[in-house]
Amino acid sequence: MAKIIVITSGKGGVGKTTTAAAIGMGLALRGNRTVVIDFDVGLRNLDLIMGCERRVVYDFINVINGEAKLKQALIRDKRCEDLYILPASQTKEKEALTKEGVGTVIQELSEHFDYILCDSPAGIEHGAYMAMYYADDAVVVTNPEVSSVRDSDRMLGILASKSRRAENEQDPVREYLLLTRYNPQRVQNGEMLSVNDVQEILALDLLGVIPESEAVLNASNSGTPVILNQQSEAGQAYMDIVARYLGEEVPHRFLEVNKKGLLNRLFGG
Amino acid sequence: MSTSLLDYFRGRQKKGTAAVAKERLQILVAHERAARNRPSYLRQMQEELLQVVRKYVHVDDDAITVALEQEGNQEILELNIILPDQQE
Ligand SMILES: Nc1ncnc2c1ncn2[C@@H]1O[C@H](COP(=O)(O)OP(=O)(O)O)[C@@H](O)[C@H]1O
Ligand SMILES: [Mg+2]
Repeated sequence: MAKIIVITSGKGGVGKTTTAAAIGMGLALRGNRTVVIDFDVGLRNLDLIMGCERRVVYDFINVINGEAKLKQALIRDKRCEDLYILPASQTKEKEALTKEGVGTVIQELSEHFDYILCDSPAGIEHGAYMAMYYADDAVVVTNPEVSSVRDSDRMLGILASKSRRAENEQDPVREYLLLTRYNPQRVQNGEMLSVNDVQEILALDLLGVIPESEAVLNASNSGTPVILNQQSEAGQAYMDIVARYLGEEVPHRFLEVNKKGLLNRLFGG
Repeated sequence: MSTSLLDYFRGRQKKGTAAVAKERLQILVAHERAARNRPSYLRQMQEELLQVVRKYVHVDDDAITVALEQEGNQEILELNIILPDQQE
């Protein structure tokens, strides 16, 4: 049986797709058969971030509608043989994602994969609801910013009351905080919520912190999940997160301003 | 006036906007969580209580309030009915 993980946030543009691509790649690099599903119907982006946009033939909704077999729609990653993506439809209506249809696809996938990652669209409407419904675990992607934290909390409420686990009165969805676009310098200046602040407000287990990093844009420009850039802090932080998710004890990094940063600041660097 | 380094370190000590953000969020999140956890039967119960009370005394629609509060481990259901002035 596969573990189903939703990458969610409520608010848009916080780093869900970046995270889904990175964690998906990270899990697969460690030999786990992993599939990442793009639930952002109409605004598909995961294929671009993963660099397989030109190989999309069929999509998730084609499979739900029986217009294509799951095998035909899945795209195998060129860099890692254990990684697949199931792209979203660019044209169809969101409502084509039915609870039953999604359930059938997830059921079939879970016979072949160890991890199923659901990259949620923004908002708390139908698409986001479908992405979280079948989840065992939830990675709540949050930026250290008021509206993102608030929306994350609303998403927590939805996970606790509307997920399949909640409806069936099973163990609740396990929720993890992933704080991203973190800027230690601004935190030190008192201009940005600290990781402790956000954790205190949301009362969640911390999966990890991803620093604000130029490497993320470079990664998306070239269609390479940032985790493959192990020179970058963001890439290393995502690798730590995958290890932590798999139960390893890894200290948190990149939370403090490094010395060079401070000197630069004092001497106008 | 000489400023710079000294002011820089002083400036660090004043309460930044992050502290304001945290305070606002703590209040907001607590408020929204309480609203989420409020049982859905509360409205209906308020409605029915009002009907029962009205069998005996005439009260206005807004004369009754029901509030659910959390105090430590206890949940307290607070029921407030304002009776009309007795004039008979
Ligand atoms: N750690 C980061 N540092 C810098 N930019 C980031 C970081 N994470 C995400 N971004 C940028 O934020 C934007 C939104 O990211 P994306 O993953 O598409 O968010 P979502 O899927 O939540 O809408 C993108 O332009 C991405 O490059
Ligand atoms: Mg996205």
